[in-house]
This record gives sequence, C-alpha cells and structure tokens, in this order.
Amino acid sequence: MKGRLFTIAALLTVALAFPALAQKKYDPGASDKEIKVGNTNPYSGPASAYGAIGKSIAAYFRMVNDRGGINGRKLNFISYDDGYSPPKTVEMARKLVEQDQVGTPSNTAIHKYMNAKKVPQLFVATGATKWNDAKSFPWTMGWQPNYQTEARIYARHILQTKPNAKIAVLYQNDDYGKDYLKGFEDGLGPQAQKMIVAKASYEVSEPTVDSQILQLKSSGADVFFNITTPKFAAQAIRAAYDSGWKPTHYLNNVSNSVGSVLKPAGIEKAVGIITSAYVKDPTDKRWANDPGMKAWRDFMAKYNPDGDTSDPFNVYGYTVAATLEQVLKQCGDTLTRENVMKQAASLKRFRIDTLLPGITISTGPSDYAPIEAMQLERFNGHEFELFGEVISNEQ
Amino acid sequence: MEAVLLQVLAGLATGGIYASLALALVMIYQATHLVNFAQGEMAMFATYIAWSLVNAGVGYWPAFLLTVLIAFVLGVLIERVVIRPVENAPVLAVVVVFIGLLVILNSVAGWIFTYTIKSFPSPFPPALGIRYMSPHQVGALLVTLIVLALLYLFFRFTPLGLAMRAAAQNPVSSRLVGIRVGWMLALGWGLAAAVGAVAGMMVAPIVYLDPNMMSGILLYAFAAALLGGIDSPGGAVVGGLVVGVLENLLGAFVIGNELKLVVALVLIVGVLLVRPSGFFGSVQVSRV
Repeated sequence: MKGRLFTIAALLTVALAFPALAQKKYDPGASDKEIKVGNTNPYSGPASAYGAIGKSIAAYFRMVNDRGGINGRKLNFISYDDGYSPPKTVEMARKLVEQDQVGTPSNTAIHKYMNAKKVPQLFVATGATKWNDAKSFPWTMGWQPNYQTEARIYARHILQTKPNAKIAVLYQNDDYGKDYLKGFEDGLGPQAQKMIVAKASYEVSEPTVDSQILQLKSSGADVFFNITTPKFAAQAIRAAYDSGWKPTHYLNNVSNSVGSVLKPAGIEKAVGIITSAYVKDPTDKRWANDPGMKAWRDFMAKYNPDGDTSDPFNVYGYTVAATLEQVLKQCGDTLTRENVMKQAASLKRFRIDTLLPGITISTGPSDYAPIEAMQLERFNGHEFELFGEVISNEQ
Repeated sequence: MEAVLLQVLAGLATGGIYASLALALVMIYQATHLVNFAQGEMAMFATYIAWSLVNAGVGYWPAFLLTVLIAFVLGVLIERVVIRPVENAPVLAVVVVFIGLLVILNSVAGWIFTYTIKSFPSPFPPALGIRYMSPHQVGALLVTLIVLALLYLFFRFTPLGLAMRAAAQNPVSSRLVGIRVGWMLALGWGLAAAVGAVAGMMVAPIVYLDPNMMSGILLYAFAAALLGGIDSPGGAVVGGLVVGVLENLLGAFVIGNELKLVVALVLIVGVLLVRPSGFFGSVQVSRV
C-alpha cells in the first residue's frame, strides 16, 4: 500500500496512425472524427474514493461532446479500473496503448513504459514531485501542486510568522512522506537544521502513532508539521491534543478533509489547524453564488447526477478534464502524440473557474508542474477559512 | 524520565491491543491446533456489525453483547461451511483457505462499508482515565484482563473446556470417550470469533475503524502469542504487553522508529529458534 497511496490514475491522450491528408496529422487514437483518451482509475479497492475523479472526468467529456466536441472531434473516453494495484494498472495501461490505441493513465508502475512508448501521460493525479521531471520523463506530466511545492509554502509561512520556531515533523516513511520533508527542509533553507528539533517517521502497518507524538512532544517543539495519510492524521491530531501539546499545527493537503479526518479526530481537537488549498471547496458557503462553482453545480446536475456534490474529488475531476480540453483545443488539427505533449507544455496562465481566485495553470518545455500556487487556510471549528494571499512557487 | 514513563504507558496501551487479538489466536489454537490468519479480519468485520448496530440506535452495551453473539454464530458457521471440507487436507491447503477468508472478509467489508475511516464509540466513563492514559485505554486493558480470566476459568474448570482441549490434542481418543470432536472444533471457532469481536470493539476507538484496521495488529499479535506461548492465554497477554512496551522503548530511544516493525519480526524468529513453546507455553512431547 505504501508509496502508491497517492499516485493514482492519470489521464492521457494520444494517438497515431497514418499520416493523413493535408495539414491534418494524426497518431494512433486520433482521427477526423474522434480523439481517444485513456484513463485508469481505482473504482474498486482501498482507494475507491478516488473513483469519483474518473466518473466526473467522463461526465465532463460527455458535456464537451454535447457541445460539439473539440475542433469538431468527439472525445472517446476509455476508463479502466486499476483497483489501486500497480500490476493491474500496468495491464490496463498496456491494454489502452496496444489494443485500444490511446494514451493512458498512470502511476509509477507505468511511468517508464509510457515514456518508452512515447505516449503522453498527462495530469497524473498525485502530488509526487517525480511527475514534474521534464528532462528524464518528457512524456509524463503531473497536474496538482506537488508535495514539495506545498511543503515550501508552509515553510515560507513559518519563516514569516515564527522565525524562531522549534519545529517537529511527523512523516510517513515512504516516497510521499520524504517528498514533503525534502520540500519543507529546502523551504526553510539554511535554518532547517536549527529549526527542526525533532523528526519521527511511521510505517503504514503501525496500529497507532501515539508513541511518535509523545517523542515529538517531549522535544519541546512549538510548531508541528503533520505529513500523514487520513487515518494517521486523525490519530495524530487526537494524540497531540490529548497529551496536552498545543503547537501551531500544519497539516498536509492530503488529509485536510473535515468529514473523514477532522471529525473522527474530534472537531474541537482540530481547531486552529493550518493547511492549504488550490481548488474551491464545494461545501464552502463563500462560493454559493460563485459563477465558476455554479457552472460546476449545473454540470453535476446534468451530467453526473449520481455524484456527491460535497465531494471535492468531483471538482478535481472537472478541473483536470477542463485542462485536458484546453490542451486538445490548442492541438488544432495536428493530433500527434508529440504535439499533444508540446501543447500541454505551452499552457500560459490558463484559468479555470473552479480553481481558487488568483491561481492559474502555466507550463513550459522545462516546467512540467501545471499548478504551483496555493492559499493557506485555517480550521475554525466548522470549516476551513482561507487567509493571506495566494502563494505561488512559479519560477 | 517523564519521556520514558510516557512511552511505557503508551506501550502498555498498544500492548493491550495486541494482547486482546493474541487471546483470540490462542483460543483458536487451543481448540483446533491451527493458527488462523483470518482472525484479525473476522474481528474487524464483527466490529463493523457493532458499528452498524450502534448507528441504528441500539445502545452500546446491548450492541456489544449482540455483536459477541453474532460473531460466535458466524464463527461456528465459518467452521461448518468453509473449514470442515478441508478438515483432513494438508496444512498448506488449510492455510490457503485462511488467507482466502482474510481477503474475502477484507474486500466485502470495504465494499459494504467503504474504506473511509469511521470513529467508534468508547463506553468507558472519563473517571477511569489516569494522568497519562485515556479512559478508553485503561478500560480496554481491564476488558482484556476480564476476557483472560473468563478463558482461564472456562478451560480450567468446566467440562466443556476440558472436552475442547482434549478434542484439539487427541481427536481419536477424545472421540472414543464420547466427545463430539466436530462440534468442539466449531465451538472453538465460535469462541475465538467472539473473543476477536471483543478485541475489535476495544481496538476500534483507538486506531479508528477501517477494513485494514487489523492487518498491522495481527502481526504484533502473532509475536505476542508466540512470545507468551501459543497455548497459554496468560502468556498471550503478558506477551502483548511486553511487545508493546519493548517496541515503544526501542523505537523511541534505541533503534529509531524505522525499525519498530522489525522488533516484532525479530521476536517471532527469535522465539521460534530459542524457545519454540514461548515463555509460558507447555512443551509438547509426542511419543513416536
């Protein structure tokens, strides 16, 4: 279960085939009539909550087709269940590439395969920094702010508000946890060694993190950076509170769900927790009359009526699909895999209304990190309240 | 010094978790001379039944008793339907059945109840808490000790308990003296499932309820049961507490958190090498 927790599916397009007439150029998967987009997503298994992402992407493409498609071509969205299992993802990805002749979804297990096959692997739904490595994996691109970016934003906030902080870090002992930790230490810069007074790791197989919290507490730290997946996040919030430790608490975006983390931990124990966001929270009353969220709600009612309108994953899927739509639009009539990748790497301040105000998507030939800005938010006992400016890590 | 004390107490609390599941393992071993890999998942599933009952408005203690009862019946059913057909099969075949059960229960629980964590209520009053332990941690330890006492009394002083031990140890002779060996095995499964259900309901408020709740704990419970002696209920409890405290102290002060899990594995291998019957288990001698 470990490292793959947050490396879920992704999207992809692609295609090929014969060099067509005139200026129109195609690779497998694209033609005058349609563009195939492949996807794997966990619809079953331990991460099936992410299934909402795949469903809302499919719904979004139905909407695009109803509007006449992209440059006159319909989208053919093929989505397979990977069960959150790497071997199964490989199997499904191969099926998409070899048999259905599309591009594909992804995760670590198919990372190299997709690059060897030169199939664009776009908008991998995970925050691991390795999806933004344009040099070694030119055919793979992430989408959301990566873990290091997010951690650097917290580090910057600490340096600004508490330059003399004594920091304790709890992290999951795998790629995901270490990615965050690295970004955090980089963000603190030369101060890191001095400011971080305690670090404790845990394995996903451990029943509780109580022992780690006690270790961190006894370090005397007054800031706590909590890099944990939902179950352990809830345990850590509760254990810190019950032990009487009251640090300024930064919680990674991975576990900032009120319903599935803060409520089980105990709402009163979570007050004051700081985390970050980049898409609009569908339950936030502030967006009740927001045009972007209204459009999303209309979309949900018409194309995804079974979807849960309080589930942020449905906003996520919608926004990711809108990004892909833009890339395919930019491709015009040159639907080669190479051009898809080229266009994906030429997004300039592209704005989608479900992203928080001030956040845009920009990429470049060496910038494979589409979203690099987030805004901090603090839990007030009922909901998260955004505060401060949007903080961008865009170079 | 306070740091050490805190780690010891936290270790006792997690050790109590290991001990409660280890008791279920000992129970099934006493009754069938097999180690059931699906024990943790059975306990998890029973806990979901309790959770559903509590959510449906049944009070905690009625739900508790009802769950223990349902778990008992399900345990007997599993033995009759799934285990009985492989009764005389080689050990490996039985192990495969156990693992199959584990996977099935885990997936079915995820399918019905989803994988999102759920909080589970604790029945203990705040007065039970001491300075460094929550009321639930103290209460769960007490419940584990009560289950231990009941098991001890049952096996030691009741004819049924004696019959079950005999059936596990020597099925042929037991049958000759009139013990219904088949039913003794089914009863053993039922009791182990009931003990597991209690463990699950005590564990869930601490680690949160999800389909994978018991998978990590099972490994520590094995270490606990082996350390104490797989046929000794008292040994299992002592083993659980020792594993919990040892793991915390070594993890916090000696080897670091990365190697905590290794402590359990080293204990399992070490005990099997040096003293296979554990510290409190009886040494088996069979005449050839």
